[in-house]
Amino acid sequence: MMASLAELGRFVLDRLGRLGRANLFLLQLLRALSFLFRRPSLLVKQLHAVGVLSLPIILVSGLFVGMVLGLQGYANLVDFGATSSLGTVVALSLIRELGPVLTALLYAGRAGSALTAEIGLMRATEQLASMQMMAVDPFPRVLAPRFLAGCIAVPLLTGIFTAIGILGGYLVAVVQLGVDGGSFWAQMQAKVQLLADVGNGVLIKSTVFGLVANWIALFEGYQAQPTSEGVSLATTRTVVDTSLAVLGLDFLLTALMFGEW
Amino acid sequence: MLAISARSDSASPHDDPLVTMRRLSFSRGEHRIFRELDLAIPRGKVTAIMGPSGTGKTTLLRLIGGQIRPDAGRIEVDGICVHELGRKELYQLRKRMGVLFQSGALFTDLSVFDNVAFPLREHTRLPEPLIRTLVLMKLEAVGLRGAHALMPAQLSGGMARRVALARAIALDPTMILYDEPFAGQDPISMGVLVKLIRTLNDALDLTSIIVSHDVKETAAIADYLYLISDGQVVEHGTPQDLSHSASPWVDQFMHALPDGPMSFHYPAPPYETDLLTGTPT
Repeated sequence: MMASLAELGRFVLDRLGRLGRANLFLLQLLRALSFLFRRPSLLVKQLHAVGVLSLPIILVSGLFVGMVLGLQGYANLVDFGATSSLGTVVALSLIRELGPVLTALLYAGRAGSALTAEIGLMRATEQLASMQMMAVDPFPRVLAPRFLAGCIAVPLLTGIFTAIGILGGYLVAVVQLGVDGGSFWAQMQAKVQLLADVGNGVLIKSTVFGLVANWIALFEGYQAQPTSEGVSLATTRTVVDTSLAVLGLDFLLTALMFGEW
Repeated sequence: MLAISARSDSASPHDDPLVTMRRLSFSRGEHRIFRELDLAIPRGKVTAIMGPSGTGKTTLLRLIGGQIRPDAGRIEVDGICVHELGRKELYQLRKRMGVLFQSGALFTDLSVFDNVAFPLREHTRLPEPLIRTLVLMKLEAVGLRGAHALMPAQLSGGMARRVALARAIALDPTMILYDEPFAGQDPISMGVLVKLIRTLNDALDLTSIIVSHDVKETAAIADYLYLISDGQVVEHGTPQDLSHSASPWVDQFMHALPDGPMSFHYPAPPYETDLLTGTPT
């Protein structure tokens, strides 16, 4: 009994310690951001790595998700003769929920895991230590550009995911299933609000998710044990922790933005 | 190959030390690595710190570089107490140190040229043509000017270490710390490194600290040797002094004898007991 309590206590203390270290890490990251005004080229390089190179998976996934939404929405709405609302259903689903959440999950799998592995391996191969011994702080030079690039890339990728998803829905609903194109776009235009929907969903949610995804990815990489097993464990933890954090935060943000509590 | 001899005018390290450690203690968890260690590194010489694996030789370099702090005692580099410095002052001090890591620690996403240019671009505002000239000069010094366009993945282990050496001397430091520079090298690469360390030290008027357990190669170029074991300096002196030491421990280490005061066997219960009555582990 005492041993179990001690084990539980150790676990809680370990988690709290980790949370504290993660917060200090975030503070150091934020403090290092100003360096990028002097070296914007570092940011551009990372925007290409985490943003542009994530485009294929975002485009393909967005298209398929939009097409599935079009199919599912049509199958349900057709019973009520409400297929003209299909554009609204597809757009609101994507803008409010699926766009930000799925983009963040895909980003964690594609770019977040790569960031963790890259930073973890830089640690394991003493590249970060050698940088420090050359009197170069890795926070502004290595971590901050990746963090800011990720925070910029996720909202942009979310916008692209959502737009291509709506296009996928249009292709299935209008081109394939014969829903009226005019009502598809008109209903969407009438129901989707710029600030309440696009602002809350695509902008605020994706910004929060981007911050959390990149924070977790970089922290896990920086804290990874400098062994192949340690880097592998950190990469797995990045994907799992980011997924859970994004889904949990999505509920909280949805409750705050759209809930009537 | 190992004919490059140490300079014979090696005076006592206590005359004009660049690095001093006084009553230095350091533990990692329960494991005590150094107990009241005293050590002085003479200026302008090649000093080797040797000892069996796991005695904390690399830890000693990390302490000198301020990457970790001692539990007690004092480490001074050129009269400056390393572990009492703030981050900014520590970084200023590190600009005067070059470190050659055991793995080379080259940046894998940068070419050989960019690796060597890295400290120059970070710490100076030199125009790019001048940086190019300096980088090519450093690479020429290690014999790899022709490899400037290669990526680290295209280099052999010995070449990678030479590029890392060119990077370590890019800012013209006053001292260089070498962490196991000969580990895992083929005889030719090892000979090249041995020659380079001695030549660079003399040509650039550096102070070199080598931690290694490669006795033959290290003793060939070192002016002064420290042997450490169990967290303390066991013996120190010139390579000639130590090769004729009366201490059986030093004799065993310097002449690579398989058995002696350092037992071949890890401490264990009696063999018969373990085989006949021991429980499976």
